[in-house]
Amino acid sequence: MTMLKEGRPTTPVAVADAHMAPATVTGNRALMLEEALIFEIGSTETTGVDFAPAPKVASRLGGLERKTIGLPGLSEQETVRHYTRLSRQNYAIDLGLFPLGSCTMKHNPRLNEKVARMPGFADLHPLAPQSTVQGALGVINELAVWLIKLTGMHGVAMTPKAGAHGELCGLLCIRAALEARGDARRVVLVPESAHGTNPATAAFCGYQVEDIPATPEGRVDLAALKARLGPDVAAVMITNPNTCGLFERDMKVISDAVHAVGAFVYCDGANFNAIVGRVRPGDLGVDAMHINLHKTFSTPHGGGGPGSGPVVLSEALSPFGPLPYTARMADGSIHLIEEENVGEEMPQSFGRMSAFHGQMGMFTRALAYIMSHGADGLRQVAEDAVLNANYILRSLDDVLDAPFGTSGPCMHEALFSDKGLAEGFTTLDIAKGLIDEGFHPMTMYFPLVVHGAMLIEPTETESKAALDQFILALRSLAERAKAGDEALKGAPYHAPRRRLDETLAARKPVLTWEAPGLAQAAE
Amino acid sequence: MRYLPLTDTDRQAMLATIGAASIDDLFVDVPAEARLSGQIEGLPDHASELAVERHMSKLARQNLSAGEAPFFLGAGAYKHHVPASVDHLIQRGEFLTAYTPYQPEIAQGTLQVLFEFQTQVARLLGCDVANASMYDGSTACWEAIGMARRITKRGKAILSSGLHPHYVSVARTMAKFTGDVLAHEAPTLTAQTDIDALIAAIDKDVSCVVVQYPDILGRIADLTPLADAAHAAGALLVAVVTEPVALGALVPPGEMGADIVVGEGQSIGVGLQFGGPYLGLFACKQKYVRQMPGRLCGETVDAAGKRGFVLTLSTREQHIRREKATSNICTNSGLCALAFSIHMTLLGERGLRDMASLNHGLAVQAADRLAQVPGVTLLNDSFFNEFTLVLTKDARDVVRSLADKGVLGGVSLGRLFPDAPAIGKGLVVAVTETVTAEDIEALATALEEELA
Repeated sequence: MTMLKEGRPTTPVAVADAHMAPATVTGNRALMLEEALIFEIGSTETTGVDFAPAPKVASRLGGLERKTIGLPGLSEQETVRHYTRLSRQNYAIDLGLFPLGSCTMKHNPRLNEKVARMPGFADLHPLAPQSTVQGALGVINELAVWLIKLTGMHGVAMTPKAGAHGELCGLLCIRAALEARGDARRVVLVPESAHGTNPATAAFCGYQVEDIPATPEGRVDLAALKARLGPDVAAVMITNPNTCGLFERDMKVISDAVHAVGAFVYCDGANFNAIVGRVRPGDLGVDAMHINLHKTFSTPHGGGGPGSGPVVLSEALSPFGPLPYTARMADGSIHLIEEENVGEEMPQSFGRMSAFHGQMGMFTRALAYIMSHGADGLRQVAEDAVLNANYILRSLDDVLDAPFGTSGPCMHEALFSDKGLAEGFTTLDIAKGLIDEGFHPMTMYFPLVVHGAMLIEPTETESKAALDQFILALRSLAERAKAGDEALKGAPYHAPRRRLDETLAARKPVLTWEAPGLAQAAE
Repeated sequence: MRYLPLTDTDRQAMLATIGAASIDDLFVDVPAEARLSGQIEGLPDHASELAVERHMSKLARQNLSAGEAPFFLGAGAYKHHVPASVDHLIQRGEFLTAYTPYQPEIAQGTLQVLFEFQTQVARLLGCDVANASMYDGSTACWEAIGMARRITKRGKAILSSGLHPHYVSVARTMAKFTGDVLAHEAPTLTAQTDIDALIAAIDKDVSCVVVQYPDILGRIADLTPLADAAHAAGALLVAVVTEPVALGALVPPGEMGADIVVGEGQSIGVGLQFGGPYLGLFACKQKYVRQMPGRLCGETVDAAGKRGFVLTLSTREQHIRREKATSNICTNSGLCALAFSIHMTLLGERGLRDMASLNHGLAVQAADRLAQVPGVTLLNDSFFNEFTLVLTKDARDVVRSLADKGVLGGVSLGRLFPDAPAIGKGLVVAVTETVTAEDIEALATALEEELA
């Protein structure tokens, strides 16, 4: 036997570029693994869950036994692998900067996940006897107290399940309050720069929606608003700080004018992160404001929810809030106001807007986040969020057009437009270029009042080093787009997928999987 | 401050770049009278992880959790065993800390999950298509009524007396503002559902009939005659499923002619969580897809021809259509949909059938045992894993007394229907795979003592 002299090569050999990335037979690219659908890899005979044998009993299903379902199963290991592989096709805050303007993608502390999973919270039934859930009601009550004090308001409705649901709650309170005084107003005024949910919510509650124009400097046109106010106006919905990233300087004047005609001020609190601990909306005359716990108070976005949208209310609106409502008694115990006792305790409540108590799993997380920061830390949150956004604004306003760059400091988000990019280059190209550079793109094409808007919200949980790297990448992309670098139009090149055909998806919608033979037969 | 990375040195350097002398200069647009000079009074300062965990643990210990007691509560929220891998997988940061998939090239994980979820939900409910989730079953139910109004252009909905009363409350709240007329009565304590009465009530003004399956008292009825009657009058049938595990054993509403099927998905993967976050399921016939609320994920190809997924048909939605949108919903229940989908993938058809059989078998055993207790009558002829007992006393008091004995014995109809004293002796009892023979015996014994 002879021993081989040559061992394993330890120095890479230079390979010509053309051979750098040959296709693989599997379609996989090392750690980037393609993953088929569960309907292609699973079977109805496979399961990853074992159960004890069912007792032998005569069925009492009323003769409605099901024949087929068509749900594939996987073993536990296959399941873990399927979802782990899929997870790696996602960008996330845990991977890097996620500067979606108006979405407040900040770090999600893991302590919050831990406390939400304590069996004393996670394993409670919403209709359990109240004597057995005093700690859970205590969480709702403690969080309510924090939210009231942080906003300088009178009460808070905890049940809304997301921001848009909170808007609905606020407008329902306003409508109930107006009806209680026999006042059937029909119009809600919404600035052009508002989130799409604002007009959608107002319309959903049966209101006629009218736009309020913005001034050239990006704020509500006070004169136009005052001119439109009258006895037919039920409410004005204002976002403050607004979606151009600016504080509405005239907010108190606006509130006073709105109140003077007997209407109410709804504030979209999506951007509360910019002012928490530094400004109380109650001091600005706001009557109702939803707070996105999944934005300002860091409960995870989870790829599209769940959110949570408690609504703080002024003294005028508090009696009209939704059921169930928690109330602390003189003996320290907490009880629920429900249909059973609403007549005595909250007769003007507009009723229930979801089945149970709201997003308890988000309340525990938000309370842990708030306690971790405290009053001092929350003030620092707003300061650092605003500092980070202004740092981005002033580090890039020489290469990107900042339409409101002269309107004063921005709040927690920096807004740029596509002005000055080479002919044929768009905000989309810059966004997709950011993907290749390892960042999630900014919010694009919103707000609608700016052409090719790029709305960047870094949040306070980004370090200066992370911001500097993002600025470097965005500067380079802006320069490429201004110079007309055609390669940018093909970006992203390094993501799990290239640009996707959204037109095809909408024209021939395929919303569920069907076996290939069946799908063809249906055509 | 452990979550805030900037140092004072960083802050000074950044202020210099910005050209501001201090942080206060960045807040100059806030009117002076609204600027707080220091931190808000009456609130504590920041706390360590240990201190926060200690406080939250203390609050958690003041509750009697479902796992600590013989547990029989249902009525729209069910305790099921969720496999350990579900919670492990949903805590992967790439799922947990991602946003709504607006940039599909780097969100294929979430999007493929939603496409699989939509297919699973459509098949489970027996429908053509499903959306990417709603907040919960009650809001999905209301959205279905609104969708039926848009399709039929009629404003009167008939709600079954067997529909969960909180779902009725939500619909009533919304109808006050949309002007929809809702017909509804409290249930009566009979073994039969109200299907015949519903059929008799349908007229040419009706947009939809909303029926729960199995209903709030656990009763099951074939929905086919109701669907036929609704369709004959140009109305839609909306079916509500609050316990999706039932559809591992029962013919789904979509196969009985329901046009829209909504549900509460909490039973699969999500857990009790004191009522939220939960998972609204929403499915319908293909022909109504453009009237659906909420997000939809669809299949497409990328620039290189590879299969991929995107959010689609967004011209129905608020961010495009603003006041003309089909709903104002934006954030939905993405992570709960993921948990549902993972749990359903683990189960597969075989596991789901096994789970449903075990639930039904234990429920039959429990019903028969409890019906032997003096003073207890079983109302139902048919049920899946939940049934109604009629007691000789007001069930609200009984539930409270049982809780004092450490038994979480069910949901009283008095709490669910405070305005219907005639059914106050009804107790809704749910029996899932988590219930043991000892638990059933404990409830029987406690009821016997209470009713003696």
